[in-house]
Amino acid sequence: MAATTELRRTALFDAHVSLGAKMVDFHGWELPIQYESILKEHAAVRSLCGLFDVSHMGQVVAQGRDALKLLQKTNTNDISKIRPGKAIYSHLPNERGGVVDDVIISCLGPERYFVVVNAATREKDFRWLRRQAEGLDVELKDESDYYGMIAVQGPKAEQIVATDFPQAAALPRFGAMECRIFDQPSIITRTGYTGEDGFEFIVPNEMILRVWDNLLTKGRSIGAAPCGLGSRDTLRLEAGYLLYGQDIDDEHTSLEANYGWVVKLDKGPFIGRDILLKQREGGLKRRLTGVALQERGVPRPGCRVFHQGREIGSLASATFSPTLQKGIGVGYLSQADLAAGAALEVEIHGRKVPAQVSAVPFYVSPSLSSRKHHA
Amino acid sequence: MKSHEWVWLDKETAWVGISEHAQKEITDVVFVDPPKPGRKVAHGQSCGVIESVKAAFDIYAPISGEVVAANQALSADPGLVNRSPQDQGWIFQIKPSQISELEKLMDWAQYQEYLKAPAHDGH
Repeated sequence: MAATTELRRTALFDAHVSLGAKMVDFHGWELPIQYESILKEHAAVRSLCGLFDVSHMGQVVAQGRDALKLLQKTNTNDISKIRPGKAIYSHLPNERGGVVDDVIISCLGPERYFVVVNAATREKDFRWLRRQAEGLDVELKDESDYYGMIAVQGPKAEQIVATDFPQAAALPRFGAMECRIFDQPSIITRTGYTGEDGFEFIVPNEMILRVWDNLLTKGRSIGAAPCGLGSRDTLRLEAGYLLYGQDIDDEHTSLEANYGWVVKLDKGPFIGRDILLKQREGGLKRRLTGVALQERGVPRPGCRVFHQGREIGSLASATFSPTLQKGIGVGYLSQADLAAGAALEVEIHGRKVPAQVSAVPFYVSPSLSSRKHHA
Repeated sequence: MKSHEWVWLDKETAWVGISEHAQKEITDVVFVDPPKPGRKVAHGQSCGVIESVKAAFDIYAPISGEVVAANQALSADPGLVNRSPQDQGWIFQIKPSQISELEKLMDWAQYQEYLKAPAHDGH
């Protein structure tokens, strides 16, 4: 990005710099890629706990008599399934079945929903939702500038929040609650993007630094570490979570992304349903498929994938998995019916490296496998 | 060209690795692909790759010659490059064909000055 472009900073920017973070441009936001080491931060989250500043994420409030109607129309998942106090992961489809964004929606009250959207798609999502809300009795507010967001992730996350937020510590997976933190209205959800148990604190920017400092102090006493976008990416890929703009976009459907579980064709009409129905009945021409290297090496996004000598796609996301100690990735493969174990090759620096189709998620944490994974 | 490999001449053999500064910049080395023994390399030629979690970095041959060994320990423990870049984390050995090329390289003091400059090429 050109040096003249003004990068946006979160309310925690100075805290990151004083912790020695290496900052990078992430969709126009200046955020920590790492503090000390991606491998150490990754290991902290898998074994103890990590704290992430995810204030770049956007927040949209939908309230009114038709709030649920709007969300049912604009989501692939069945939003009527969440009662107050529950959250759900879902995709916003477009008319072609492609994905406008992937979101987590919390139900705060009978006619009040809180939608967490991606930073890069925030304006697009808000315009899209407003257009779909025309003629409906629903008020939409973009609260992204007001709220910051901290993710506390790892098997020890509950222990870290339990002292100051005992009610949050009692939330079930995908539970959501409103509360006051330093006397400001805030939201805590038991959600995350790491494949570990954890919480997301959505708090007004004016007091987020105090929340960060408190959580970090408490966390440090049991070995938690501040973590950057680098480990966030390796953690989410191991857990099989999608990165919008890389794994999903307006041109690929939720079914092609192998996320059929968020598509509830029986819930009633919604945008793109016909196309998704046709795809489910007629089969897929391409599917986001897990790939694991069988030799040491580091696959990257864009690496070409071969099956029986024929190029069948390329990797959308790929990295070295610190937990599994091998190269992993996901890519849209034109042969959509390959079973786990099928032989592949991934081209890295001009060399074809043996690989296999892998089940996704690549890694399931004990901190989640004992709980119900999704709402 | 200037880059961040070091070379240490032990009788007929030149040992090659990357500097403490370079390992810090790269961080989290997870894979090293050194040039294979028997390969002829030329001064300044890209001849191998160091991969961190985030990115790949070329390894340049500091002098011309034939590669005579690669550090086997790095295939099981690439993190040696981070923990001990100027000792256990050496990357490969060359039998130099033109020993006079060593004169072209920066010495320790010059390299320290070079690191103070605002921008570097290489790693």
